[in-house]
Amino acid sequence: MQRFRQDHLDTTENPLAIEVRGITKTYGPATVLDDVSLEIRPGEFMTLLGPSGSGKTTLLNVIAGFVHPDRGRLLIGDEDVTDKPPHRRGIGIVFQSYALFPHMNVAENVAFSLKARRISRAEAGPMVANALSLVKLEGFGERRIDQLSGGQKQRVALARAIVFQPKLILMDEPLSALDKQLREHMQIEIRALHERLGATTIYVTHDQREALTMSNRIAVLNRARIEQLGTPFEIYDTPTSAFVADFIGEAVLAGVSRCDDYSVLLDGRRMMCASKVPIGNDLVLVIRSEKLRLAEAAAENQIPAIVRKRIFQGESHLLFAETANGLTFTVRQPSHVESDGLLPGEGGSANFSLHPAHTVVVRRDPKAEY
Amino acid sequence: MIVQHLMQKKAMLLIPGLLVVGALLIVPIVWLFALSFVSEGRLSLEHYQRMFDDPTYVKSFAVTFQIAGTVTGLTILLGYPLCFWMLRLKPFWRGIALTCILIPFWTSLLVRSYAWLILLQRRGLVNNWLQSLGLTEEPLALMYNVTGTVIGMTHILLPFLVLPLFASMQRIDGDLMRAAAALGATPVFAFWRIFFPLSLPGLTAGGLLVFVLSIGYYVTPQLLGGGTTVMAGQLIQRNVELFSSWGAASAVSLVLLAIVLLLFWVMNRLVPLDHVFRG
Repeated sequence: MQRFRQDHLDTTENPLAIEVRGITKTYGPATVLDDVSLEIRPGEFMTLLGPSGSGKTTLLNVIAGFVHPDRGRLLIGDEDVTDKPPHRRGIGIVFQSYALFPHMNVAENVAFSLKARRISRAEAGPMVANALSLVKLEGFGERRIDQLSGGQKQRVALARAIVFQPKLILMDEPLSALDKQLREHMQIEIRALHERLGATTIYVTHDQREALTMSNRIAVLNRARIEQLGTPFEIYDTPTSAFVADFIGEAVLAGVSRCDDYSVLLDGRRMMCASKVPIGNDLVLVIRSEKLRLAEAAAENQIPAIVRKRIFQGESHLLFAETANGLTFTVRQPSHVESDGLLPGEGGSANFSLHPAHTVVVRRDPKAEY
Repeated sequence: MIVQHLMQKKAMLLIPGLLVVGALLIVPIVWLFALSFVSEGRLSLEHYQRMFDDPTYVKSFAVTFQIAGTVTGLTILLGYPLCFWMLRLKPFWRGIALTCILIPFWTSLLVRSYAWLILLQRRGLVNNWLQSLGLTEEPLALMYNVTGTVIGMTHILLPFLVLPLFASMQRIDGDLMRAAAALGATPVFAFWRIFFPLSLPGLTAGGLLVFVLSIGYYVTPQLLGGGTTVMAGQLIQRNVELFSSWGAASAVSLVLLAIVLLLFWVMNRLVPLDHVFRG
């Protein structure tokens, strides 16, 4: 009891580092986590991003203590918590389903963790009020759960997870049930809340845009492994595998052959690369639609093509282009290009160019189905 | 216009059902109600008066409630842990467990009561085992008394508690217990604060069902009670068969009906039952 008070007083001033060491988990013949290691820095907002079945939720459950790994260790701070039950880990968790207690009102839900820690009512009251005000739900304490909207439930779940000032917060796709506008709003709010609280946060999502918006770093998971770990910028601009390139952003992967360390042959044309081309004869070039530009005469890495289709999507146009040799790719151009009179029409030909820094070559994923 | 026409036609579909319910349920109840106020051709409250004056009636009602209460309590003590255990089983084994509970449910009441007769008699299986294990010197009187009635009824009525209770437990979101654990609740704390309150509607519905069925139970107490325990149901039967007093029998059944309705009303105020039955 004394210890809990202590925790509560020094708050999240010193958030905890998390270390996942070689965690493996199998269910029958299926390997859900395959020797996964990951270090999360104190105070970091780390997102586990991946398609369904990639193991991201299982990894979160291992950290929370709901799933015991077959192999590997988990360290929170300097402490090995692999065998510690969830209720003694002191982690704040926000569930996808919110998991609010339906027989309690908002304040009772938020106060639950304090009650479980035997913090007196007098002490708990202000903490609950503070948590509710952090999520902008002042005065909602007496509401019943079934009287709340989806967004409000989400906020209550958030308040309940942060009220005991945990040093580590886990969120399992917390925004997936909200509509787009509210989701984008909450992304910004959760990010602000994280900056304010400073607790180490691990966030699970399959929404790449959400991951890019919120995270300090992103771990992209695929088939029970971490495919790439890096800042949103690194993940987006310099994917190291065909899977990451394909999963994040809008890209066409076109087969290329290696010329030398800094160039490849695409569709019979030499393309210069800013970074070193990997060794192999299974290489693909990542052509991101919005990285392509309408080429000026002197531009490097030109791709002449014919526009087959042109679709207006509000802030941008999406062009479907095809080269003389039948290579197809998509190009995204901001709407103003059209009003500038530069956008080629359907059937028109154009020269597109890809900056060497955006000319990223990766090895083909042998097991992928795209 | 067309909609209204269809509505009228659809309402006609209710007629067969209404006729059956009216003829077989409403009319007899009204008739019973009327009978209970008639004694020797005159209007009288004699049949109701007797229930307070005649000690056999008072005793019988007391025994009825005592047995119904005990049976309800026992089914809860046996059924709650059972449901809690089944919830943790893998779907396949859960199916097996549910089938084991349901098989006796599909077996005739009479067969099950006679089965208990064989098990519980002086030289029955249970007494033989108890004595061979050296737990008892003399055979215990396990039947032809309240004990026998309670044992038989508890077994027979257990599924009525288990089914609604298990259904309501299954509806409790598993994430709630995980959330409670994550928030620092020990398993015991989480059980009493989260799981138990949320299983309460199912427990109430099941308990009420068992209690109500117990109050009117007839076959099992008749066989296993051996005439020494007279429950309300047997009282009604005796009034009809032994004394040909339809008025007295009607009065007892109406009082039972009133008690059951009152119970439902009270329970409905405590735990909204429509919530439970809506599923």
